[in-house]
Amino acid sequence: MSQAPHKMAQMPSKPPFWRDPDKRAMLFQALALGFVLYLGYSLVSNTMANLERQNIQTGFNFLSVSTGFSIAESIIFYDEDSSYLDAFFVGLGNTIYVSIIGIVLATVIGFLMGVARLSNNFLLSRLAAVYVDTLRNLPLLLQIFFWYFAVLRPLPKPRNAVEFGESVFLSNRGLVGPKPIWEDGAALIGWALVAAILAAIGIGRWAKQRQAATGQTFPIWRTALALVVLLPLAAAVITGFPVSLEVPELKGFNFRGGMTLTPEFAALVLALSTYTAAFIAEIVRSGIMAINKGQTEAAYALGLQPGITMRLVIIPQALRVIIPPLTSQYLNLTKNSSLAAAIAYPDLVAVFAGTALNQTGQAVEIMSMTLAVYLFLSLAISAFMNWYNARMALVER
Amino acid sequence: MKLIKTTAIAIATAATASAALAGPVMDKIISQGHVQCGVSQGLPGFSNPDANGDWSGIDVDLCRGVAAAILGDADAVKYSPLSAKERFTALQSGEIDVLSRNTTWTATRDTALGLNFAGVMFYDGQGFMVRKDLGVDSALELDGASVCTNQGTTTELNMADFFRANGMSYEPVVFEKADEVVAAYDAGRCDVYTTDTSGLAAQRTKLADPGAHKVLPEVISKEPLGPVVAHGDDQLLDAVKWTIYAMLEAEEMGLTSKNIKNKAAVDTNPAVQRFVGNEGSLGEGLGLSADWAYNIVSQVGNYAELYEKNITPIELPRGVNSLWTQGGLMYAMPLR
Ligand SMILES: N[C@@H](CCC(=O)N[C@@H](CS)C(=O)NCC(=O)O)C(=O)O
Repeated sequence: MSQAPHKMAQMPSKPPFWRDPDKRAMLFQALALGFVLYLGYSLVSNTMANLERQNIQTGFNFLSVSTGFSIAESIIFYDEDSSYLDAFFVGLGNTIYVSIIGIVLATVIGFLMGVARLSNNFLLSRLAAVYVDTLRNLPLLLQIFFWYFAVLRPLPKPRNAVEFGESVFLSNRGLVGPKPIWEDGAALIGWALVAAILAAIGIGRWAKQRQAATGQTFPIWRTALALVVLLPLAAAVITGFPVSLEVPELKGFNFRGGMTLTPEFAALVLALSTYTAAFIAEIVRSGIMAINKGQTEAAYALGLQPGITMRLVIIPQALRVIIPPLTSQYLNLTKNSSLAAAIAYPDLVAVFAGTALNQTGQAVEIMSMTLAVYLFLSLAISAFMNWYNARMALVER
Repeated sequence: MKLIKTTAIAIATAATASAALAGPVMDKIISQGHVQCGVSQGLPGFSNPDANGDWSGIDVDLCRGVAAAILGDADAVKYSPLSAKERFTALQSGEIDVLSRNTTWTATRDTALGLNFAGVMFYDGQGFMVRKDLGVDSALELDGASVCTNQGTTTELNMADFFRANGMSYEPVVFEKADEVVAAYDAGRCDVYTTDTSGLAAQRTKLADPGAHKVLPEVISKEPLGPVVAHGDDQLLDAVKWTIYAMLEAEEMGLTSKNIKNKAAVDTNPAVQRFVGNEGSLGEGLGLSADWAYNIVSQVGNYAELYEKNITPIELPRGVNSLWTQGGLMYAMPLR
């Protein structure tokens, strides 16, 4: 009894660990982690036991079995002899493809709409407001159906397809055009393009530094464009144009050969990008409005024109406000692309979590793989946007 | 303390539960007082809701028959409309008790999916529908065609086999829901619509101009459509299986929903007396009441009545779905 205060006095900085808030917090964290792990373990073992009891086939062996079904469009090679793993990658590829195109389009439309909404032109800002309010408030699935049937219904049959220059055809089977077939030596053109892009970036950097140092400007965009066009063209001339065009031809019911933009893909991209653009427009608008009006006034006072003020003064600052919510819109678009099954676009959910699941019945395996993909895609987008955000963050000098 | 106690009790009951008790799903049906039945999202003739949300069709009548057999009341059914893609997961997870949704009996479904087919309500096969003005008379002329169909069906696989076996190419346009297939085909997205011939007959009624389309002569697969239950409840499997047989047997014996009451009272034929439960102990073996089969026929009807009421309106002749005595495939195992 008499020793306790003595001890306390001796070691004032070291209370027992259950009194130390830091250690106590650690303990609780560890307990919570243990509990979560236990929950996960019992979930898995329970599922396994239940599957066993009902005699449902389990395991990932099905991935190497050939599927027997065909898939309408794919960016990698696939036919009925391909395996379920191949079908998985076809679906994944299509999901990524539609998401990337959708994100790019949504960003462009969204920025335009967001800026238009702040425009001094009454008509323009009203139109942008109507766009945002309408598209944001209609269910996405409805918009997908709208675009699909709006695209599909008025188009003619392949036999009466609308022709552009005897090589591009528009019908209710999609937009079919010639496909470039690369021959020997074509690689040089590709390398020339890469070299041109690298050179353009280099020149851009140099021009920026020079402008910072001397104030002299340089026509970067014109130079870059010339490089990117002329260098590959030169390579093509040297190699003697090693490319032929596969022109689509109407044979029987459909066009054969060439490249096709299907109505499903077009409708899905249109719906996803216009819908997401409505949200992006609001994000852009709030981002711009968050910038002090004094910034604009100061820029004008320096004699900068409105366009340049927007591009060089306002937007770079607004981006810091815009990027975090923009990231979540990109994630939404990617996840919303899973509505594709409704209009027969073969994305991951349609092909793998749909058709493959029903043919094999291995719901647990297939759903976990599908969920893992969306988790991975989400994390990848977040990581990229965080990196971009860090680059854009205020550099304190 | 209470948690430990309940857990102990649960473990003890689980350990001592014997095979003599009713199966888990059967128990659930009896305690909840209705059969939760998985049906389609609207397929005339098989399972179709009307404007009031009342369901009709031959698959729906099977559900009603099961409810009459188990609960004595054909109306004690609740329906879960399911797309082809959702149906098996719904059954495996116990969301529905019985799946009665024009589902083809295949080996994979019967084994690897952990399900049991109870029998066949309708023998069908896969067919093709095209626009008349396409000028096609045979499925073998379909090389290069765009084909619309439903996701998660046997149709998807059969069509791949068919086109490959005949050295033809095709573009599959595969939708999640049947209504979208019909809409896309009607909008001209596809040259061909393929599914079970019964499905073609039914969906055709939804087209803008049904007369402008025709079904090609080829039938490329066997599609025995029947009700399904999950593994693990043999008693429910028996009940569903014998519901079908009772409907067929009633037709064979000439028992209908109209005359069964009278026949039960006056007919001296021992087979009839056994059927209605006045003699023998068929119900006991099934774990059902003695009048289970009587309830099915009096409240729902025999197979011929169901066919007449549901399938005849979509203009499908009885064909292979006739009784075996009339050259068909419908054959009930002896009820004795
Ligand atoms: N019998 C085939 C096909 C069944 C199927 O889903 N058919 C479609 C087209 S007839 C259907 O039932 N549609 C109605 C609906 O989805 O509500 C199977 O079991 O896989």
